[in-house]
Amino acid sequence: MIKINKKISEILTQHKNEIFEDWLSGQLASVSLRLDLVSETELRRQSQEFLNLFVTASLSSNLQDINTPEWDGVREYLTSITYSRARQGFSPTEIATFVLSLKHPLFSHLRELSGVNSNDLIDMIWTATFLIDKLALLSIENYQRGREEIIKRQQQELLELSTPVVKAWDGVLILPLIGTLDSARTQIVMESLLQSILDTGSAIAIIDITGVISVDTLVAQHLLKTMAAAKLMGAQCIISGIRPQIAQTMVHLGVGFGEVATKASLADALAESFKRLGLAVIKPQARG
Amino acid sequence: MNTIPILKLGEYLLVSIQVDMHDRLALQLQDELTSMLVKTKSRGVLLDISFLEMVDSFMGRMLSNIAAMTRLLGAETVVVGIQPAVAITIVELGLTLPNVRTALNVDAGMEILRRLVDFSDQKGGYECQQE
Amino acid sequence: MSVSKSDAATIQNTEDIVRLRQRVRDLMKNEGFSLVDQTKMVTAASELARNALVYGGGGAVLVEVLKEDNGRTGLRLIFEDHGPGIADIDQALTDGFTTGNGLGLGLGGSKRLTNEFLIDSSPGAGTRITVTRWM
Repeated sequence: MIKINKKISEILTQHKNEIFEDWLSGQLASVSLRLDLVSETELRRQSQEFLNLFVTASLSSNLQDINTPEWDGVREYLTSITYSRARQGFSPTEIATFVLSLKHPLFSHLRELSGVNSNDLIDMIWTATFLIDKLALLSIENYQRGREEIIKRQQQELLELSTPVVKAWDGVLILPLIGTLDSARTQIVMESLLQSILDTGSAIAIIDITGVISVDTLVAQHLLKTMAAAKLMGAQCIISGIRPQIAQTMVHLGVGFGEVATKASLADALAESFKRLGLAVIKPQARG
Repeated sequence: MNTIPILKLGEYLLVSIQVDMHDRLALQLQDELTSMLVKTKSRGVLLDISFLEMVDSFMGRMLSNIAAMTRLLGAETVVVGIQPAVAITIVELGLTLPNVRTALNVDAGMEILRRLVDFSDQKGGYECQQE
Repeated sequence: MSVSKSDAATIQNTEDIVRLRQRVRDLMKNEGFSLVDQTKMVTAASELARNALVYGGGGAVLVEVLKEDNGRTGLRLIFEDHGPGIADIDQALTDGFTTGNGLGLGLGGSKRLTNEFLIDSSPGAGTRITVTRWM
C-alpha cells in the first residue's frame, strides 16, 4: 500500500505540469465547461491551486483517508470552489466533473510508467480512483449544503418580503396576505402587524386575505389570536377578502371569526374603517 | 420601599407603571388609586403600562379590579401602551381582561376618557331634565 | 444535549417571583431569544412560581440553559414544592379550575406558553413541574 501511494505521489510531483496542462485542456474541451460562469483565467487559477494542494497532500503518503489533517487544505479549497460555483448556478454534474476530470490525465501518466507490473498498475489506478471519487463526493455534499444555505436565505427574504404592512390612511393599516399561510409564517406576519400598529399608532388594521390559497384551523386560530392581541393594545382588526372556497372550508371546519368584523372586499373594509374614524369620501362638485 | 406615583391631570388621574411589580406593590396601587379617586373626585384613570414587560394572571386581575372599582366610583379606566409581545402572551395565557378598555397610547387613551366622561355627562343631563 | 448554565433559587415570597422573572428575562436576552419568546417564558415562570408559593407553600426553582448538539438553545425551569400535591392533573390543567382564589389559568396557560411541559405530582408528595422553551 505504502509503495503504491509513494509511486502515485512521485508521478504527481514529477509530472505536475504535464498533468496540469492535460487536465486543463480536458476541462476546456469538456461539454460541462461553463465559460459563461467562470472565465478561462479563473479556471486555470482554480485548477492550478487545487492541483498544488493535491500534490502536496499526496506527499503525506496517505491517499486513503481525506479526513486527515494532511488533506485539510485540499478539502477547504474544494469547499470554497464548490460554494462559489453553487452560488453561480453550476449543476452538480458540472461541479463533480471538476475533480473527476483529473482522473484521465493522472491515469495516462500512470500507464506511461515503465517497469511496473500490471498488478501494481491496477492497484495504483484503484487507489487514485478511490481518492478522486471521495473528493468528488465531498464536492457534491458541499454543493448540496451550499444550495441549502441559499434556500434558507431565500426563505428568510421571502418571509420578510411577504409581510408588508401598508399604511392606507392616517390610523389605518393594511396587511395583504398572499400565498400559503403556515403556522410559522402567520406568527411572524402577525408579530410584525402588531409592531406596526404600535409604531404608527393606527387604531384600525385590515387583514386582507384575498391572495390566500387556504386557511386551516391552526391559521384561523392564529388570526383570531392576533385580533385579540390587537384589541388588547387598543386597535381593531377587520378581515377582508375571504374567498368563497375559503368561506366554505371554514364553515366545514367549524372555524368562525366570531364577533370579528369581516368584509367581502378590501374596498368595503376601507369604507368601514373610514366610517369608524368618522371620515367620509366626497366627490368634488363637477366644475362647470 | 418604592411606590407608584399617581398624578392628577385636570379631572383625570394618570398612573405610569415603570417597575416590575411584586404582588404587594400591585395591591398597594389598587388601594391608593381608589382612595385618590374619591379624594380628588376624578372622572377617569389613565393607566400607562407601556414599560411593563409582562402581564401575568395576577397583574391581569389587578387591571380588571381597578377597572371595576373605578366604575363603581363613577369613573372610567383606560389602560394604554400594552406592548405587542405582552399582548400576544396575554392571549396565549388565556386572560381576557373583561371590561378593561385599552388604547394604543396616552393621546388615544385621553381621547377615549374624554368621550366616555362627556357621554355620561350627557346622560346625566338628560336625566336631570326629566325630573 | 447539555446544560450550559444552571442556578437554583428558592420561592418563599412574592419578591422571589420578581427576581425569578428578571433572572429568566436576563438569561434569555443573553442567549438571543426573541422578545415574544422571552415574554412568554417570563410569564409562565411568574405563573408557576406563584403556584408554588400559593398552593405549595413555597418551593424552589432550577433555571437551566440547554444546548442541543445541533446548536439549538433552550431554557428550562424546574419548579418543586412540598405542598399537598395535585390529585387530578387533567382537572388542574383545565382553564378556570382553581382550588384557591386565582383565575385558574396558571397551569393550562403555562403549558400553552412553553414548548414542553411536564408535571409530576401526587397527593401528599408535592409537585414538580418542568417547562422548556426552545429558540
